[in-house]
Parts: sequence; C-alpha cells; structure tokens
Amino acid sequence: MDISLLLKMAADCEPERIGLTCEGRAWSFTELWAAATGAARLIEESGCSHVALLDTSSEAASIALFGAALAGVPYCPLNYRLADEDLVGLLARLQPALVIGDVARVRRLGPADGFTLLARADFVRKAEAAADAGREPGAGEGIAVQLFTSGTTAAPKAAILRHANLLSYILGTIDFGSADPSEAALVSVPPYHIAGIAALLSSIYSMRRIILLPAFDPEEWLRLASDERATNAFVVPTMLARIVEALNRLDPAPNLSRLRAIAYGGGRMPVELIDRALELFPNTGFTNAYGLTETSSTIALLGPDEHRAAHQASDPAVRARLGSVGKPLPSIELEIRDDEGHVVSAGAPGEIYVRGPQVSGEYRERSALTSDGWFPTRDAGYLDDEGYLFLSGRADDVIVRGGENISPGEIEDVLMSHPAVADAAAVGIPSSEWGEAVAVAIVSKGEPSSTDEELRELIRVRLRSSRVPERIARFEALPYNEMGKLLRREVKRMLQENC
Amino acid sequence: MKPGMKLKSAVCDTEVMVIKVAPATVFSCGGAPMVDDRAGDKGALDAAFSGGTQIGKRYTDAEGSLELLCIKAGAGSLAANGTALQLKDAKPLPASD
Repeated sequence: MDISLLLKMAADCEPERIGLTCEGRAWSFTELWAAATGAARLIEESGCSHVALLDTSSEAASIALFGAALAGVPYCPLNYRLADEDLVGLLARLQPALVIGDVARVRRLGPADGFTLLARADFVRKAEAAADAGREPGAGEGIAVQLFTSGTTAAPKAAILRHANLLSYILGTIDFGSADPSEAALVSVPPYHIAGIAALLSSIYSMRRIILLPAFDPEEWLRLASDERATNAFVVPTMLARIVEALNRLDPAPNLSRLRAIAYGGGRMPVELIDRALELFPNTGFTNAYGLTETSSTIALLGPDEHRAAHQASDPAVRARLGSVGKPLPSIELEIRDDEGHVVSAGAPGEIYVRGPQVSGEYRERSALTSDGWFPTRDAGYLDDEGYLFLSGRADDVIVRGGENISPGEIEDVLMSHPAVADAAAVGIPSSEWGEAVAVAIVSKGEPSSTDEELRELIRVRLRSSRVPERIARFEALPYNEMGKLLRREVKRMLQENC
Repeated sequence: MKPGMKLKSAVCDTEVMVIKVAPATVFSCGGAPMVDDRAGDKGALDAAFSGGTQIGKRYTDAEGSLELLCIKAGAGSLAANGTALQLKDAKPLPASD
C-alpha cells in the first residue's frame, strides 16, 4: 500500500485530534487527510510526473507528500537554499512537474513549459476545495519520495525511496497511536531533508502532534517549545549548539519542563556538546539517530538510558559510547567490510554495509545495492565488542598517505581536545612524496592560541607520526552546509590555496 | 499474495495489510477467507472467530512467519489456514525523528 495509509489510519482512529500546527493554525488528522485527497486530484489533473516543493516547512509539505502518494507520483522537495544555476539543473530533471511554493523564482529562472506552478496558499486552498471523501490509499507499487543528495563530495544524485521502504521503516519502528494526546514534536529540519520527511511520517503514525518551525532560529525554537508545550524534538548538532548557547543567554529561561525527548542526527555531534546538553537538560532523554537518505532515515540509534550511562561512566569503553551512534535497529542487518569486501571483526575499521526492507540504495540512474541486497553506505566506521557503532567519516574522505588509510575523524578528535582549538578538519591534499599528505584547518579559540608545534606534538603522542599533519592553517570558520555537514571539498580547496 | 497488499474481511469491517506471508497461505477473518475487494453483502460471522481486531495492531502465527497489520478494526478475528493469529507484542524504540 502507499504511505498515505499512515495518515488515513490516524484520521480513521482519531478524526478530531490535532495532527499539525503551523504559524497559529491547527489541522486535525481528518483535515489533513481531506486536503491530501484534494491534492491528489490536483496532481492527477496537472498530468505531472513529479510533485516538487520549493518552500520552507508548512502544512503544504504534508499535504503534498500524502497527496502525491495517493496520486502515485513521486514527491520531490527541493533545497530552496540552492543557487539558481543548481536549482535550474534539478528542475529540468523533474519535468513535467507540479511545483508548489516559490513560483516567482521558478518563473524568473526560465521556461515555465512543462511546469504547473502553485503558490503555497493557492495549493492548500485548492486542495481543500477538491477533497474527495471516498478516496482510499492505493497499491503503492512505485516511488514515494525522490530526494537529491546534498552533494558535499559530488554532483547531487536523485535518491529514490519506494512506498515499501518508507512503510517498512515506519511500521518496523513505531507502534501505531502510541503517543499520548498531550505529546507534540517540534520539527525544525527542512522539508527536503530525509529527517524532515521521517519526522512527518513517524509523528503522524504515532499520532503525535507536529509543531512546525519553518525557519530554524534558536530563540524561536525555545519560544515555540515552551509555548506549544513540545514533548519531543529532532535537531541537527549545529542546532543543538545554538540552542544551548541561547539557553545560557536568555533570562528568564524558557520553561522546557515538558520536553521529554530530544533526538539528534544528520552530522557529527561533538562529545563536549552532548555532555553539556545532558547537564542542561537533566530530565530529557537524548537519542542519537544515524541514518542516510538511501536508508529511509534511521538505521542505528543510541537511546536515552545509554546516553546517561555513558555520561556518568568511569569505564572508558562505556564513556566512549557517547561518541557512538548506538546499535543497529533490530529490523536491519549491518556489517563492517574491508576494501576486499570481507566482514571484519569487532574493533576493526571498514565501510558500513546495511540490508533490510527500509534500505532503498537506489538512485534514478542506478541501484547501488550489491547482488544480494546490501547497500554500501560509503560511511566508514567500526563496531565495538558490544555492538555499538562508531562512525569515522565518509569512506571517500579517508586520507591515503603512503598506502596507509587515515581517518580524518581520529585526527580531528585529538585536535579538538586542545583547549585553544574551537574546530578542526583534516583532509588529504596531493603530495608528490606520499600520494596524499595530511592537512588540517584549525579554528582557534581563546588566548594564547595553539602553536603548530604543540598540535603536531599532540598528534604524535596521542596517535602516531604518520598522522602528524604536513600542513596546518588557521581560519575564522570552517565551511558547513545548512544541515551542519562539513564541506570537505571546500576545506581541501582552502588548504591548497593557503600555501 | 505479497507483502504490502491489502485484504478485507468478507464478514466484518476488518482490513489488513500483509506484512509477512508464506506460499499457499489462506488468511481468514471472522471464519471466512479474506478477499481483495468485498462485493455485495457481508457473510455471517463465525462465533469461533469473533474476538475482533484492533487498528494498528499486528497479528502473527506461532512461528512468526506470517504477519498482518490491522488497518481497519472489525468484529471478526484473524486466522491463517484455520489457526487463530495472535496479537504481536510491540517492542517500542525511542523516537528518533
């Protein structure tokens, strides 16, 4: 069946319960369902092959997601922060499309041939007016969602998630209607990110009210969490850093006593930051979720009890788990393999492979799955003796120096332990002697700043001489995308220019 | 029959989605084989299979090789090849998104 089943069940079970609030307006599950059925009609009438959303978060994203599912057309939320030339390229890959949101921008960008354009308010109004009470979820044989990957290392790929992938993720991880009517999830991730889509689907299936924050701002996040009595939230690490910083600044502090659960993911969480957050929110359960677009969101998680246990532990192995992404979900298989494709033992590094019904591993152009259904994530990592998964960056980011594989993460972690280092990135740069040499970009904090010799000595003592950077350069800040992902391509460029 | 497809009871309002299925399985609800689409009137409910279904619950056989998700509740109860299916315990995970 298609993913609109999730919303239909909520609407059948608790028709009047509020499913979503956005900018002062509340939508019951029935109202959302009615609008989705109307949207399906609009989509069918447009004759489009894709439904594109070019907009910040609003009720329109939910209505378009489920409407597209009912109509059997892929839903493709686009990154509205993209530069014009990049956006034009993506739009061309979606033709003919129904585009919802910033129609003025699409018109300005070029030929509107093959595009039906609807501004957000027009789309929602027309969808409500076209509601079709008798509509039922369909067979869901095809593609539910198409997301362009962020392209931090290469050109964006069109990852596709089938109805079966998303449904098996939601049905395998969430108990229907398990949220108490007082529960509400604050959703501040953008609609074009897999976490934004997973948040809608999982909140609706658990019947937890969604509170949308269209554009993340730490003070606005805190105000909304307090005023709307949020019990759950998902953030990326950079959002959490800004929330913690704002919380220290605000007087009086907002009332977050109802906030029972904060989940985070989408990028590397500095251990100092999660330690700090655990102290600032003593009654909140933290969950670290690791997943990829191609895996329908979460494949491993570190739960609230494991966070507290690691935070308070004196045993270094337990303590270290605060830097892990926890254990794989029971509904998937996960292995670490070496370069030859052999499964390695606990503690040994390699590439993370996953398999399971939620794993798509498919792009518009090709499937990345092996013949027996495993997805090579291109993420590097290892499992500890107890099965906790540790990430060490993208496999493509591994620095190969004189035939030795070096994970940037291990160098960065050591550099970050220096009191005068605020941020650090290690990359490989071309070297005639070694093939690749280790280069690090440092952001300093406080006075006095670190010397190159101190940093080299730190790496030599804590790691080994092959990890000692050949080049060290200092910058005001490192380049991140809006989801907090370090742009390593950009760091490489900065380091190669700075010589 | 394959995972992801919908089945309806022939004798009550129950609807299910197939999660796991083995070859040659006959799912029934309220004592009558389930159908793709219900045409005409509902048949009579067998009192031996009248425990009812609950929306959002999963029903499975003893081996765990067959599984149905109830997507619409009804008065009948579910069986596979004549043997009653059991309510499956939920193993909740912490909310991760």
